[in-house]
Amino acid sequence: MNIVVCLKQILDPLAPAREFRVDADKKEAVRGSASLVTNIFCENALETALQFKEQLGAGKITALSFGPESAEDSLRKALAMKADAAALVVNDGHPHPDPLAVAQVLAAAIGKLGIFDIVMVGRESGDWGVGQTAGLLAEVLGVPSVSFVDHIETVDGKLRLKRQTDNGFEIVEAAPPLVVSITNDEHNVPRIPKTRDVMMSFRQPLTRFTLDELGVDAAAIRAGGDYYEVIELSIPVKDVNCEFVNGDSLEQKVEQFAQRVLAITQSL
Amino acid sequence: MSNVIICLFAANGFDRAAQGVSGAGQRLAADNGGRLHAVVIGAADDALQTALSPLAETITSLAFSEYQPEACLNTLTQVCRELAAHAVLFGNDTYSQELAPRLAYRLGGSAVADGIELLPHGDKLRVKRAVYGGKAVATIELQRAPAVVWLRARAFEPAEPREGVNAEIKHVMPEAVPATTRIIERKNEAAGEARLEDAAIIVSGGRGLGGPEPFEDLKALAAILNAQVAASRAACDSGWCPPTWQVGQTGKKVAPGLYLAVAISGASQHLAGISDAKNIAAINTDADAPIFKHCRFGIVEDYKKVIPLLKEKLAAAKS
Repeated sequence: MNIVVCLKQILDPLAPAREFRVDADKKEAVRGSASLVTNIFCENALETALQFKEQLGAGKITALSFGPESAEDSLRKALAMKADAAALVVNDGHPHPDPLAVAQVLAAAIGKLGIFDIVMVGRESGDWGVGQTAGLLAEVLGVPSVSFVDHIETVDGKLRLKRQTDNGFEIVEAAPPLVVSITNDEHNVPRIPKTRDVMMSFRQPLTRFTLDELGVDAAAIRAGGDYYEVIELSIPVKDVNCEFVNGDSLEQKVEQFAQRVLAITQSL
Repeated sequence: MSNVIICLFAANGFDRAAQGVSGAGQRLAADNGGRLHAVVIGAADDALQTALSPLAETITSLAFSEYQPEACLNTLTQVCRELAAHAVLFGNDTYSQELAPRLAYRLGGSAVADGIELLPHGDKLRVKRAVYGGKAVATIELQRAPAVVWLRARAFEPAEPREGVNAEIKHVMPEAVPATTRIIERKNEAAGEARLEDAAIIVSGGRGLGGPEPFEDLKALAAILNAQVAASRAACDSGWCPPTWQVGQTGKKVAPGLYLAVAISGASQHLAGISDAKNIAAINTDADAPIFKHCRFGIVEDYKKVIPLLKEKLAAAKS
């Protein structure tokens, strides 16, 4: 089973909100002191792939990223987690390519990597939260997709995917090749790589593609905005002042709190 | 021609999310001088037809016996082309998020996720949405038509019914295609309960609860308030409650009248899921917890001491 896991490097979403700034002209977040990290859903995808491979006892997992040079860090971490290979498409153009451009670039890179059975992507990113990569990638590659999957196994030679729905879950049977988007649950929390594997990951080869090498319309991707364009990015102003209930005793405070809860619930 | 199509799932009925999508669609069609059409995925029952009839010009019911994305996409693409869709609106449910970008691709259009405001701009559509885990808001202009948008439906007011006008109802048998994916089992863990997205009151627990047992207390509190129970990602990832309870950027986006956050610190990802709540209240030991910056009111105490007393007082007041 050949599995490609797509990873996106993003600004750490856990960086404190009070330090968050945007560059209104560039329409992007200012990095400041925030770290760059792998998007958590992408790590959930890698963990799901690793568990699936362990269950099969064979297979190849290739970690793939489209991003700036710094995205190599995400790929090295994937190798340390025991992905078998890694490839980086260096984005030398628009810093935030639109979702269709991302899908076209990833599809072209997957084509270069060879035959695939499953492509796994995170269900959305923690920065722009686009949530379209799986669907668009499936369309560009011409294969089916299943979204919000948190576990994959094989039964009688067929793939069985457990996907989360609004009310519970479904088991979906599918045949490769296909694209799946991965969401989180308690079973696919990303593993922490061993120190030795982290060190070894820096010795492993890493394939690099340029946009031109992929044969995609690199000029259009560099220009950006063909699918959608970010017109404005701003930090919303919050005008909420929390009133803390007070009182001489816990009893009094809870009484006040209860009264406020009741006032609202009765008005609904 | 500036027709707007709303895509709803028969299984969800005319819930608050469907009402929000209808309202957004009605106003967008009015702004564009176009007509509103409804497409129901799954056979539309009488109640749904009655609810939609005063709102839309046509109701197209796609009588699928079982949701299957490939068949659904083929038929939806055909219907959207026939109705000359300028915009196609979905809710924020699992199937919608799966279908919308693929439909946009097939129609040669553009899609955007989780819209909270629709702003017609000439012949294009601009959509406001939260980004960076709710720390920022972006306005995105869709460059290709049709504009396919899935909406944070509770962010939109319901549609106004038109008097004396009824929609033409069409039944479309979906095109049979070889099933590339097949649902072989379905389990609804929240059967019989209102969906979190539709809940008027939510009691939600976080990492600070320390384990699964305190959720029993939250359930009891929720029962008194006629509320739904939810959780932060940390609580779900710890296996203390099912993933269907998860609220936040990585879970459900909710918009209740009251969101009561118990032992939730208020990471930005969690706040991204509750930004449409009309009132947020919190119980937390840390007065500096970020959740309090979004609260109308709060109590700085240990939830273990507060919840039993609160249950007692609310139960007494309710009786």
